[in-house]
Amino acid sequence: MSDAATRCFRPATGEPPAARRALIGLAFAGLAVLVFAPLAAVFAEALADGLGPSLKSLASPDARAAVRLTLTIAAISVPLNAVFGIAAAWFITKFDFRAKAFLITLIDLPFSVSPVVAGLCIVLMFGTDSLVGGWLVAQGRPVVFALPGIVLATMFVTFPFVARELIPVMIEQGRAEEEAALTLGASGWRTFRTVTLPNIRWALLYGVLLCNARAMGEFGAVSVVSGKIRGQTATMPTTIEMLYQEYLPVAAFSLAAVLALLALATLLLKTALELRHADQLAAAHRH
Amino acid sequence: MHIEIDEISKQFGTTAALHPVSLSIPSGALVALLGPSGSGKTTLLRILGGLEFPTSGRVRFDGQDATALTVQDRRAGFVFQSYALFRHMTVFDNIAYGLNARPRASRPTMAEIARRVTKLMELIQLPGIGARYPGQLSGGQRQRVALARALAIEPRMLLLDEPFGALDAKVRKELRQGLRDIHDTTGLTTVFVTHDQEEAMELADLVVVMSMGRIEQIGKPQDIRARPATPFVRDFLTA
Repeated sequence: MSDAATRCFRPATGEPPAARRALIGLAFAGLAVLVFAPLAAVFAEALADGLGPSLKSLASPDARAAVRLTLTIAAISVPLNAVFGIAAAWFITKFDFRAKAFLITLIDLPFSVSPVVAGLCIVLMFGTDSLVGGWLVAQGRPVVFALPGIVLATMFVTFPFVARELIPVMIEQGRAEEEAALTLGASGWRTFRTVTLPNIRWALLYGVLLCNARAMGEFGAVSVVSGKIRGQTATMPTTIEMLYQEYLPVAAFSLAAVLALLALATLLLKTALELRHADQLAAAHRH
Repeated sequence: MHIEIDEISKQFGTTAALHPVSLSIPSGALVALLGPSGSGKTTLLRILGGLEFPTSGRVRFDGQDATALTVQDRRAGFVFQSYALFRHMTVFDNIAYGLNARPRASRPTMAEIARRVTKLMELIQLPGIGARYPGQLSGGQRQRVALARALAIEPRMLLLDEPFGALDAKVRKELRQGLRDIHDTTGLTTVFVTHDQEEAMELADLVVVMSMGRIEQIGKPQDIRARPATPFVRDFLTA
């Protein structure tokens, strides 16, 4: 009787308790196998000989240089890509022009091209054998096997993240609010600052965080252009690979754990911001 | 303000949204641009507001050429079809937006802005909703807030794009009277776009019937009803 009653009052979109439990269980099992277990393994391997050796390997000049380089790359390429992403999304959604579909495809290009190919393109363009590269090397400002090349490679690979997040949001919002601001006397810049930016900030934040995570983790393109010079152009991912190849698992996994922690910190930041601005988020979605 | 539209045409790519049209709107009039979708009425309204620029022809405000005037300099209070309220701002900030956007020299003080916003909220008969967000308002309330926001900039004219389009029949009737009252109090030259002939006939002093980017007839509601100038107007009115 009571069983029948509960079944009657179940919302139309709800599932029977058994199915619900099975689905939740499946999701957790998937997460456990694909996400939690490897992450736990990284930390376990890093601490295999205890905390001491792990910290000691992280304190080595090469490891510290790698962390510094990776953070520098992210600090340069993420803001630039945020600006380019906003500009591209703005251009695509607020104006009508003929080559629009082509431009959208072009933005997706870094997703479809292998990062290694992207790295090779940069080597071809800016290597010592090329016209531009040769001149830059003569000026004492080499691009390949140096910071500029690594930043370029990272930016290429992470370019779509911000634009891809923004375009659907901006298309959905249309141009009416911007037009309203203009008729009320606001300049273009003021309209962007007070109307466009607040409306896209959550998508922008999400895009920036994804972009940041990928920028810190990028391996393929960077390993081609960086030359992996230890202490100079070896980033965290490339250093991890080299250490692993040299049978130094504690050092490799310790650095990998730091990289994972950086990514986790980014996610925590996002969650904290979402919790803090929950009311604004809700207000924005209700309209 | 007297508005003069002199041989305005608008081309979007290869399609003509407006064939050269001319129209003189006397100061203080309440004018309806009436026509089916695709008749060019919204394009004409947007050209008046400075959101589109005509392919050819001139627009004159009080005899002065305003064709090249930017959207900011037109000072046209524009009410959009879906109201386009700033969703992340409170009603107060929405209405105050135009005043806050003024250059520092001509910007009223904070207290003065608050006073004006409060007065406008009384004018639209929604006192005390300043702290709410657009998402928390009904359709009719949103429309009135959009009207208050447009009036806050002390506009030279009021332009409304299907102001009652998204509302149910009862609210529509109430707000029609509301717009009439606001027009009569402010004395602003007001142009609104509609596809609803009953709305146009009941509310406007002057009705402009449009079709396929051309003006079919201009006249007082009773004159247009009594003597439709073209077969299109007759068909549209009886439909």
